[in-house]
Amino acid sequence: MTETAPVPTASPSSLRLIATLAGIAIMSGLLVALAAEFTREPILKNRREALEKAVFTVLPEATARKNFLLNESGLTPLGDDAISEANCYAGYNESGELVGVAIEASARGYQDVVKILYGYNPHTNCILGFTVLQSSETPGLGDRVETDPDFLANFACLEATLNEAGTDLKNQIVTVKNGTKKHPWQIDAISGATVTSTAIGTALQKSTTKLLPLIHKVEPEFAQ
Amino acid sequence: MKDPRIPDPLSWSVFTQGIWRDNPVFVMLLGLCPLLAVTNTAMNALAMGLATTFVLVCSGTLVSLLQRVIPKQVRIAAYIIIIATFVTIVDYAIQAISLDLHKALGAFIQLIVVNCVILGRAEAYASKNPVVNAIVNAFGMGVGFTLALLSLGIVREIIGSGSLFGIDLFGAQFQPWAVFVLPPGGFFVLAFWLFVFSLMRKRKETRAKQEEVARAA
Amino acid sequence: MTNSGTQSSPQVLLRTSPHLRDTQPVDVIMRNVVYALLPVCAFSVWQFGISVLGLIITCTASCVLTEHVIRKLQHKPTTITDWSATITGVLLALTLPPGFPLWMAVVASIFGIAVGKMFFGGLGFNVMNPALIGRAFAQAAFTVPMTTWVPNSAPSRFTEFIPSTLTLPFLRPNSISEWLAQNAVDGFSGATPLAVMKFEHVPADSIELLLGTTAGSSGETGALLILLCGCYLIFRNMMNWRITASILLTAALFSGICHAINPEIYPDPLFTVCSGGLMLGAVFMATDMVGSPVTPVGIWIYGILIGLLTVIIRFWGGLSEGVMYAILLGNAFSPLISSVTQPKRYGAPQKEAAK
Repeated sequence: MTETAPVPTASPSSLRLIATLAGIAIMSGLLVALAAEFTREPILKNRREALEKAVFTVLPEATARKNFLLNESGLTPLGDDAISEANCYAGYNESGELVGVAIEASARGYQDVVKILYGYNPHTNCILGFTVLQSSETPGLGDRVETDPDFLANFACLEATLNEAGTDLKNQIVTVKNGTKKHPWQIDAISGATVTSTAIGTALQKSTTKLLPLIHKVEPEFAQ
Repeated sequence: MKDPRIPDPLSWSVFTQGIWRDNPVFVMLLGLCPLLAVTNTAMNALAMGLATTFVLVCSGTLVSLLQRVIPKQVRIAAYIIIIATFVTIVDYAIQAISLDLHKALGAFIQLIVVNCVILGRAEAYASKNPVVNAIVNAFGMGVGFTLALLSLGIVREIIGSGSLFGIDLFGAQFQPWAVFVLPPGGFFVLAFWLFVFSLMRKRKETRAKQEEVARAA
Repeated sequence: MTNSGTQSSPQVLLRTSPHLRDTQPVDVIMRNVVYALLPVCAFSVWQFGISVLGLIITCTASCVLTEHVIRKLQHKPTTITDWSATITGVLLALTLPPGFPLWMAVVASIFGIAVGKMFFGGLGFNVMNPALIGRAFAQAAFTVPMTTWVPNSAPSRFTEFIPSTLTLPFLRPNSISEWLAQNAVDGFSGATPLAVMKFEHVPADSIELLLGTTAGSSGETGALLILLCGCYLIFRNMMNWRITASILLTAALFSGICHAINPEIYPDPLFTVCSGGLMLGAVFMATDMVGSPVTPVGIWIYGILIGLLTVIIRFWGGLSEGVMYAILLGNAFSPLISSVTQPKRYGAPQKEAAK
C-alpha cells in the first residue's frame, strides 16, 4: 500500500492486483469495524427504546420489561439486550407484579405482511391492545387500524380464554363485519378497511392459538 | 471564480457541474431507484440525499487519493469495496440516529452501493483529478442529487399527505391524494420535473442561439 | 400462388387496420356508442338520482374541455367533434360510485384524457382506455371515496344530492351518515354484492343483479340493459362481439369450474358475469378499437386474457373487483398479441421454400 511506483506501462503482475485489493479490503474492514464499534451503543439504546415504547403501549400499566423466549420446551429468560432473539416480553408494574405479556404476531394484509405486537393479560384472559410494528397498508385506509377509535375499542378487553383442557382457545378470535360484533372475542372490522382488520384478527388468532396454551403452562415463571 | 470559461483547476463550475449542467437526476437520469422509492416524504428524501452525499464525498476522496495505487485492471472492484465501506458506515450511523428513519428508508440505504451516480463519479472524475477537486465535485453532485430528491419529496408529501416535513399544512379537512405517496406518484412527479427542466433548458438554448445570431450580425 | 406477394391484384381485399374495414367514419361510430350509452345513463340516473346526473355531466364536460384545451395548447385543430372524449367522460362517470365528489371526478377526467390519451398523441395512439386510466388514478388517489357506496333507489334521490357529491374542492367528502340514516333501507351494509360475496361468502340474488337494483358504481348495475345496448352496436356492426363474448364466456367458464370445486367460496357463473363492472367493461370498455388487437385470433386471446384476469383478481386478489385492472392489462398486452398473431401475408413464400 505504501509503494508509489511509477504507473507501469505493461500489465502489472497478478500478485500486485491481489495485493492492492487485499490492502483496500483490509482498510475498509478497519473502517467498518470502527463505525460498528462507535454506533453499537446508540443503536442498542434506540432498539430498546423503540421496543419499550411498543411494549408499554400494549401493556398500559407496565413500567418494566423483561425478554423471554417461549417455545415448546418452555420459557427461557433472556438478557436485556437480547431483543432480536426474544419472542415475548413480560411487563411488570411498579410493585413488580406481572401485568401482561407482549407478543409479536403477523398476517398477510392488503399490500404486504402486517406485523403487530399485542398485549395479553393471563390473569383476566384479555388482549389489551396492539401496535403495528411494520406495515405498508394503504395510507388513509388500511392504516386506520391504528387510529380508528371504534376499532381500538375492540381491544379494551378482547376475550382470549383457553378451553378447559388448556390446549386451545375456547372461542377463536375472529374479525366480523362492521357493526355485527356480538361476542367479546370478536373484532368489529373497520368499514372500508376490511382486509387490514381481518389481517389483525388472523394474526391474533394464529398467535393466540399457538402461544396462549404455552403461556398458561409456564405462567409462574414470568414472576420476577 | 466568476468566469467559468477560463480553465481553472478548481473553478466554481467543478462544484456547480453536479447541480445544474450535469445534474445526476434531471440531466443524466442516474440513481432513479432511490429517487422513486424513498421520496414519499420530504424528510426521507433529505435523509437519503445526505446519506448519498456522504458516501459520494468519502468515496471520491479515497478514490482520488489512491488513484496512483489502484491498477486499472481491478479499479471497479476496488471502487465498489470503497463505496460499500462507506455505505455500511452510513447504515450504522442512520440506525444510531433514528430507527424510524432507518425503517422508512429500508433496503435503499444498502442500495446506495449500486447507485450509478457514485461509481460514475469515482470512475469519471475522482480517479483522474486531484483530491480537492474530487471532494468539491462529489459534494456538488451530492447537493444536486439531494436537491432532486427534495424537489420530488416536497411535492409528493404536500399533495400526497397535505404536510411538509411532517407539519400539517391544510388542516384536517384536506383530502390527500394518496397516489402521490404510493410508487406511481414518484413517476408522475419525476415526469413533471423532467418536463419543467427540459422546457427551461430549451428556452435557454434558444436564447443563447438568438444572442449568438445578434452578436454575429 | 403464382404471383409475387408485393404485387396484389385489385380483387384481393387488403386489410391494414380494422377501422378501414368499416365504411363508417370514426365520428359516426363514436356517436352511435354515445347513443348506446344513453339508456344506461338514464337507468343509472333513475337508480341513483340527480347525483349521478351531475356526475355524468361533470365528467363529460371536463373530458371534452381537457381535450379541447390541450389541442389548443398544441396549436392544433380541436378533435372534440369526433365524440371520443364524450364517450370517455360518460364511461368514466358510469364507473364511479354514485356519491363520488364532483371535484374528484373532474381530477379523474383531466388525468384520464391528458395522461391516458393526449400525452400519447390523441385518439388512435393511446395504449389504454382513457376512462379506465382516469378511474385507476381516482382509485389510487382517493381510495376511501372510491369505495363508499350508497343504496340503490334512495327515496330522496330526485330531490337532493347525496351530501358527498357537493364536497368543496380539495376537501374530504362530506359525511353521508346522516343521509344514509334517512335513506338507507334496513340492512344496507355499504358494500357491493361482490364485496359481500368475497368477504362474507353470501351471493346476491341473480335477478337483482340482472335488473340492477343493487349497490355499485353508477352505471354498472343493470347487466341486462347494458347487454341490450351492446346488442344495438353489434347489430349496427360498430362493435366487435367477439371481444364481449370471449370475456364473458371465459369468466363464466372459469368461475364455473371454481364454483364446482368449492361452491361455498366461489360464486356461480351467472353471479360472476352479472355482478360488478364486468358487463359494462366487456361491452363498452374492452371493445374500444384503439386498445384491442387487430387480428381475429388476437381478439379471442385478448378477450380470454381479460376474462381470466378479472376472475383471478376477484377470487384471489386483495380487491373485490378486478375488471378495471384486467382491461388495462389487456390493453397493455394487445400490441404484443397483435404482433404475434399476424396472419400470413398472401403469397408470402412458405417456410420450406425460403430455405
